[in-house]
Amino acid sequence: MSELDELYQEVILDHNKSPRNYRAMANANRKAEGYNPLCGDHVTVFLDIDNGVIKDISFQGSGCAISKASASMMTTELKGKSESAAQQMFDEVHKMLTGEGDANSNPEKLGKLAILSGVSKFPARVKCASLAWHTVNSALKGETQPASTE
Amino acid sequence: MKAVPHMADSLPPRGVFDVARIREDFPILKQRVHGRPLVYFDNGATSQKPQAVIDAIDRYYAAENSNIHRGVHHLSEQATAAYEAAREKTRGFVNAKSDKEIIFVRGTTEAINLVTQSYGRTFLTAGDEIIVSAMEHHSNIVPWQMLCGQVGARLRVIPINHDGDIVMEEYRRLLNEKTKFVSVTHVSNALGTVVPVKEIVDLAHEHSVPVLLDGAQAAPHLRIDVQDLGCDFYAFSGHKVFGPTGVGVLYGRAELLEKMPPYQGGGDMISLVTFEKTHYNVLPYKFEAGTPHIAGGIGLGAAIDYLQGLDWQQVEAHERELLSYATNELNKIDAVRLIGTAQKKAGVVSFVIEHVHAHDVGTILDQEGVAIRAGHHCAMPVMQRFGVPATARASFAFYNTIEEIDVMVQAIHRVLKVFG
Repeated sequence: MSELDELYQEVILDHNKSPRNYRAMANANRKAEGYNPLCGDHVTVFLDIDNGVIKDISFQGSGCAISKASASMMTTELKGKSESAAQQMFDEVHKMLTGEGDANSNPEKLGKLAILSGVSKFPARVKCASLAWHTVNSALKGETQPASTE
Repeated sequence: MKAVPHMADSLPPRGVFDVARIREDFPILKQRVHGRPLVYFDNGATSQKPQAVIDAIDRYYAAENSNIHRGVHHLSEQATAAYEAAREKTRGFVNAKSDKEIIFVRGTTEAINLVTQSYGRTFLTAGDEIIVSAMEHHSNIVPWQMLCGQVGARLRVIPINHDGDIVMEEYRRLLNEKTKFVSVTHVSNALGTVVPVKEIVDLAHEHSVPVLLDGAQAAPHLRIDVQDLGCDFYAFSGHKVFGPTGVGVLYGRAELLEKMPPYQGGGDMISLVTFEKTHYNVLPYKFEAGTPHIAGGIGLGAAIDYLQGLDWQQVEAHERELLSYATNELNKIDAVRLIGTAQKKAGVVSFVIEHVHAHDVGTILDQEGVAIRAGHHCAMPVMQRFGVPATARASFAFYNTIEEIDVMVQAIHRVLKVFG
C-alpha cells in the first residue's frame, strides 16, 4: 500500500464523508474548542460526563478529511469510557501520531484508531489528526482556554 | 539574466521566452519529490533562488564577510560597498528618486510595522481612521489594529466583490476628513487580484492622506515604479523576488521619512550619543539600527540584477499564458471552483474542490511532486468573504511551464479519484 493509500484508507474516507456524532450537544457539561492556528481548522468537542464516565460525546467544526475522520473516530471510541481511560487513550494516540509508539505492538489499546497511524508518515498532517484529541483532553481537564495544536 | 553560453543553433527565435534556459539558473528546480520531478507552484509563499543569488551570498561569506559602516579596514570597506550597491540596485528596481528612500528591513511585515509604529504613533490620534481593503494579508491588518489600540484610531475596510475586486465606490465613500492613512495591497496573495492602486493613491491624495502599498505579491510579477504610482510607502520582501529570506524593503518618500522618528534604537542609526541626548543618523540609516542582514542585502542586490537582465515583456507574456492556461484547465473540472476571478490578475489561482478540504488536496498533490499552498493564506477575512475555510493555491513564477500545469491538473484528478 502506498503511503497515500495508507493515509486515506476507506475507513477514514467514510468517517470524513459521514462523520459520527457530528452535532452540538445542548446538555453537555464539558465543552472545549480547539484551533490549529497554522491552517485555521477548528473543532468543538461536547461531553456529557456522568460519574467519571463519558456518557455522550459529540463534535462540530471544520477541517480536512484527516481531522474530521480523527474526531469522528475519537467520539465512537471514547463513548462509554471512563475519564482516566480517555486520558490514557489520548497519550497513546499522541504517541502513535507522532511516531513515538508502535501501534502494531499493542493493537488492543488503540483498537480501530490504529488505522490513523499512517498519518505519522506525513509530518505536516499530524496536527490535523491530533486536534480533536487535544481538544477532548482540554475538555476533560476543564480548561477554559481553547486548545491549540501549537 | 546570467549569461549562459549556448550554441547559436540552440538559441530560440527572438521574442520567445526560453523557459528551459531560465530553469537552468535555478538549481532547486532539478530535484525530484516523492520520485516525481518537482513542480513548484508555491511562489506566493516564497520564490526559488537563481544560482547568481546563491553565489553572491556564498561569495560574501567566503571572501567579504565583515561589518559595514564602521571598519576602516579593507574587508569592511568591501562589504559596505557591496551592501550600499544593493541599496542602489533596489532604488532602481522600484524607481525611487533617491537611495535615501530605501530602507532595508526584515521583510514586508517589518516594513509595515515600521510605518505603523513610527509614522502612525506620531501622526495619528484618537478618532482618526485608517483604511485597508478586505483582501489584505494579516500583516497589513494586524499592525494597524495594534496601532488603533495604541492611539484610539479606527480601522475601516473597503469591501471586495465576488470576483475579488475592490469596490471603488465604497472606497470613495469611506474617504473622509477623519481618514489619516490608507494601506492596501498591490496584488492579493490569496486571490491574485491586481488592485488599481494608482487610482487608490490619487483619491487618497485628494484628501491629503498618505498611502502605503503592500507590494509583497506584486514585486515578483510587475515592474514597480513608485514615482509613477505616487505612493508614499511601498513594502516588499526579498525572498519573494528570488532573493534571500530575512531581508525586505521599505520605500518611503524622503519628505515623510524625515519627519518620522526612528523605529528602533541602537548602533548605526545615530550620529552622536551622550547620556543626555542622542542625535539620529541621516536617512536611510536612521531606520536601520544594529548590524543588518548584510548577506541578505547583497543577495537581494544579486536577485535584482538577475531580474533586470530578463526581458520583462516576455516574462509578463509568459506569466499571462500560465495564468490563462491554468484558469481554463481548472474551469474544465466540474468539482473545482476558482476563488478570485478578477479581470486583472497576477499568476495566482486559488481554488476549492467540492467536498474536499484544501489540506487533503495539498497532501495528494505533494505526492505527485506538486507543491502548492493549502490553507487560509494568512488572509482569514478573505476566506470568510468567500465562505470557505481554506483554499488550495497555485502561484506561478516565470520559471514555471505549461507542462507543469498539466501535471497539477492530473494530480487534481487523482484527488477526485481518492475522494470519489
